[in-house]
Amino acid sequence: MSTRSLLTIDDLGTSGIMRVLDLADHMAEVNRRPNPKVPALRGKTVCNVFFEDSTRTRLSFETAAKRLSADTMTFAASQSSINKGESLRDTIETIAAMGVDAFVVRHKSSGAPQLIAGWTQASVINAGDGWHAHPTQALLDAYTVRTALSRTGGFDGLRMAIVGDVKHSRVARSTVQAFRMLGAHVTVVAPRTLLPPDVGDRFADAVTDRLDDVIGDIDVLYLLRMQQERMNEALVPSLREYTTRFGLTPQRAAMLGPQTLVMHPGPMNRGVEIAVDPAELPGAVITQQVTNGIAVRMAVLFDLLGSGGPIAPTTDAAIDVTTEGSTE
Amino acid sequence: MVAAKQVLGPDDVRRAVTRMAHEIIERNRGVDGVVLVGIQHGGVWLAASLAEEIARIDTPVPVGSLDASLYRDDIGLRPVAPGAVSDLNFDVDGVTAVLVDDVLFTGRTVRAALDALADYGRPRAVQLAVLVDRGHRELPIRPDFVGKNLPTSTGEDVSATAEGVVIS
Repeated sequence: MSTRSLLTIDDLGTSGIMRVLDLADHMAEVNRRPNPKVPALRGKTVCNVFFEDSTRTRLSFETAAKRLSADTMTFAASQSSINKGESLRDTIETIAAMGVDAFVVRHKSSGAPQLIAGWTQASVINAGDGWHAHPTQALLDAYTVRTALSRTGGFDGLRMAIVGDVKHSRVARSTVQAFRMLGAHVTVVAPRTLLPPDVGDRFADAVTDRLDDVIGDIDVLYLLRMQQERMNEALVPSLREYTTRFGLTPQRAAMLGPQTLVMHPGPMNRGVEIAVDPAELPGAVITQQVTNGIAVRMAVLFDLLGSGGPIAPTTDAAIDVTTEGSTE
Repeated sequence: MVAAKQVLGPDDVRRAVTRMAHEIIERNRGVDGVVLVGIQHGGVWLAASLAEEIARIDTPVPVGSLDASLYRDDIGLRPVAPGAVSDLNFDVDGVTAVLVDDVLFTGRTVRAALDALADYGRPRAVQLAVLVDRGHRELPIRPDFVGKNLPTSTGEDVSATAEGVVIS
């Protein structure tokens, strides 16, 4: 069983979120230097294990690990023995036996990172699992708002609207949770077919299907990616109708307050959820989200591997836990 | 638990800071090209006090602060509590950088700070100013400017602020 992992935002709690965001300030300072690299995690090995396609998250984690001087390995399921029928568990245990201090896991099935954490003593970082969670995205979103609005103390009184396919979005789940833990008031804006079943008080502070009612009175507008598959499942009549009701059109952009931040986890569907050029929105911080992602992931890696918690085991110990893990 | 013992009072600290400021000016034949770099957390107030004194006696010098926690040699062995973010708003290349810390003990923080400073550039020289040298060095590091040499045992705690120096 992993000693220290980041599987959901709950693993951190509010004080943990604040601790990581404070650390991210230090990492952002490193990233602003001409030579953005520190020796903090020399000798540690971070393995990116991606069972689902991802460009930005994988590159972001890889860059983060390298800027902390950790060694990195990348495992892409498409080029692996998975295709020869090796099980997930065998794959993880084989890589663990090579001496890995942290696994960064992306998987299409919810709960896969948690399973993996039960099989290894290395730290496990969830880089997105199914519809479930994407905690580092939530942290980089929180960090972006914190720096853009100078909200170092938390988000009390901050009003956020998150718009789109909340039901199928691990980003929505983790980001809404993190923002509420920091004190923000979060409104979910979505067609009824794209709301999760638990959308009541437990998920958000308010729910509406009328973006125009809230757009003039928020500090943060968070747009989710509208996935083409949802059309095929007939959850939304057409992309054009979605844009008309829920997209950020030029008309709606004019309704935004001058200080309102516009965020998107990427990749953007231009002309669908965002039908204006973000470069022309004064409050757009979409590029900053990507930049901040590196600092926040450095903070997470350092928090797990460098902060004096139990040290990740040697190769021998990693093999020993296979029996212990099976009792989980 | 040993009772706290005040070793220096506020006036003693003020006099020590003034004397160190004079020594920094004298050693460098003025303060042309000299910068002060306070090490987080404890060296920051002392760097500010020294800068104030140097400005009073001679001319103002740039002051920055440096957090060396990402360069420590005990990462992973004990909890890390970074201070404020490093703030060096000047070019380090070619300057005489005076690293400033409140208490010099094992020398490991200074070692980390030297590495951190090198990542910002190549100073012409680096000097070390501390309010208290309490001994027990574990690395070949010695201070250039010392407010007070204080014999201690390894188990004692030494705190050094503008209000005084206390052993407990």
